[in-house]
Amino acid sequence: MLAIETKDLTKDYGVGFWKKRPRRVLDGLSIQVEKSEVFGLLGPNGAGKSTTLKILLRLIFPTSGSARILGKELDDTSAHARIGFLPENPSFYDNLTAEEFLNYAGELFSLPAAERRRRAARLLAQVGLEGARDVQVRKFSKGMVQRLGIAQALINDPELVFLDEPMSGLDPLGRREVRDLILDLKQEGKTVFFSTHILSDAEMLCDRVAILHLGRMQGCGELKEMLEMDVAKTEIMIQSPPPELLEGFKAHGGAWVRTGERVRVEIPSGSDVSAVLGMILQSGAEVVSVNAVKISLEDYFMEQVGKDARIAPEKAAVGPAKGER
Amino acid sequence: MKAMNRVASIALHTFKEAVRDKVLYNLVVFALLLIGAAILFSSISVGIEQIIMIDLGLSSISVFGLIMAIFIGIGLVSKEIERRTIYHILSKPVRRVEFIVGKYLGLVLTLVINTAIMTAGFYLAIYYQKRSLGAEDFAPLSAIYFILLQLAIVVGLAIFFSCISTPVLSAVFTFCVYVIGHFLSEIRWLGTTLHSSAAKWVTQVLYYLLPNLSDFDFITRAAHGEKMSSSLLVSNSLYALLYVTVLISASILIFEEREFK
Repeated sequence: MLAIETKDLTKDYGVGFWKKRPRRVLDGLSIQVEKSEVFGLLGPNGAGKSTTLKILLRLIFPTSGSARILGKELDDTSAHARIGFLPENPSFYDNLTAEEFLNYAGELFSLPAAERRRRAARLLAQVGLEGARDVQVRKFSKGMVQRLGIAQALINDPELVFLDEPMSGLDPLGRREVRDLILDLKQEGKTVFFSTHILSDAEMLCDRVAILHLGRMQGCGELKEMLEMDVAKTEIMIQSPPPELLEGFKAHGGAWVRTGERVRVEIPSGSDVSAVLGMILQSGAEVVSVNAVKISLEDYFMEQVGKDARIAPEKAAVGPAKGER
Repeated sequence: MKAMNRVASIALHTFKEAVRDKVLYNLVVFALLLIGAAILFSSISVGIEQIIMIDLGLSSISVFGLIMAIFIGIGLVSKEIERRTIYHILSKPVRRVEFIVGKYLGLVLTLVINTAIMTAGFYLAIYYQKRSLGAEDFAPLSAIYFILLQLAIVVGLAIFFSCISTPVLSAVFTFCVYVIGHFLSEIRWLGTTLHSSAAKWVTQVLYYLLPNLSDFDFITRAAHGEKMSSSLLVSNSLYALLYVTVLISASILIFEEREFK
């Protein structure tokens, strides 16, 4: 059984005051998320990431298409007992303390009182808020609010966790802690479905990603496959090369950067690396290292997003949908 | 059973939030008003001081309750949406019907407790004035019960309007319906005196559509020691229950379709 399955999920919003015109913010999204995988939904602001999450959590309704969570249709809220959700920029009841809010969240999952207390204490410690358990949320910093949001998303020990921009508002230490937390969840066999526009986070955490842009999926697959398929360039570090050798690189489309006695040569993908290496060795220069540089997620992302922008410039000009941040 | 527990959790949370928001501070103003009135009327009026005291006390309970019912009622749903705390609730195994019913019951519980404390203060003031309390002094309790029924309808109206409108407009609509609801008999009579069939139709629709709150107004009669008939007690209770059920059902139907962008 899949953790999440969507088929042609589409969402239109009506825009305009009198005569509402449909504006498509999500266009035929079809994805399948296996159990126990970390799946990242990537895309720039207004790509349709939050819209997707809100549809899956039944906060908004799809215009067409269907989706299932943990094998259940979206309108079957019994699946919600097995999921956790961190909304983007979460907000809480100002007058409640962190512990009281977690207790309330636990009540909504019908957890017994002793279990609620135990889990609240454990989660507050896990997200680094044990010292603030009796502090009212109104006195929390943005990072503390985000941590409480993560804690409440885990109060029911969910099988599937939805995280909408989980690193938002966190300092570098907090980001590291959240990354570790997501990896812990993966270790525990939980499925994590998170949206982000920070590619380094996705690169570090995700088994698979889907790239969204202007509501359309631009690519989906295993991160390893996506990024290891192509070698973007080859970097050769050489020691004390003669000047004529450096001129010779230009014939192979290579560029070079000198740092002290060493020179780093970049040979673009498609060039004959063996010929360049032979040229270096013949000149008597010493080869320090040879690295095949694979395409980064950022390169891949820019390629996909840029391609779409070229295809549909009029759509790109519309900008983000209302409600998308 | 789990659904009932979730409704109870949301209701208790709503009550707790109201207490933490310091809305029960109105009780201090109420207490000061009654103490002042008790001292003032016992020194300036002879014979009618108890009538004035009961009238003033019950009217104050009604007005303070009305202010709370409208201003907290309109924010019950809209504040959750505005602050986006609704995301935390509806992403959990909470059905939308449970959310609306829980919110409604939470505010009604707040109003019941608020009214109970005001009633205790009211009887303290009566005791201060009379230096004793007899069985006849508890006749106003039926008027207080009717005030609570009115407040239960007003909360239903506030929730209903807040599901279809902005908080400010919801407050205006709820207050207007409350005022018109006290003059429905006059509006119906007005309809019979008009020649226009359209105007007659409008007054008929208003009469049957809006809550007839004048039937719940027992304050003046209670002040004059009039006892409430059991038939009025039963009919008003059933009317309030039916009207609230319709309002909350309509609110749920609207809320079920609502999107939280």
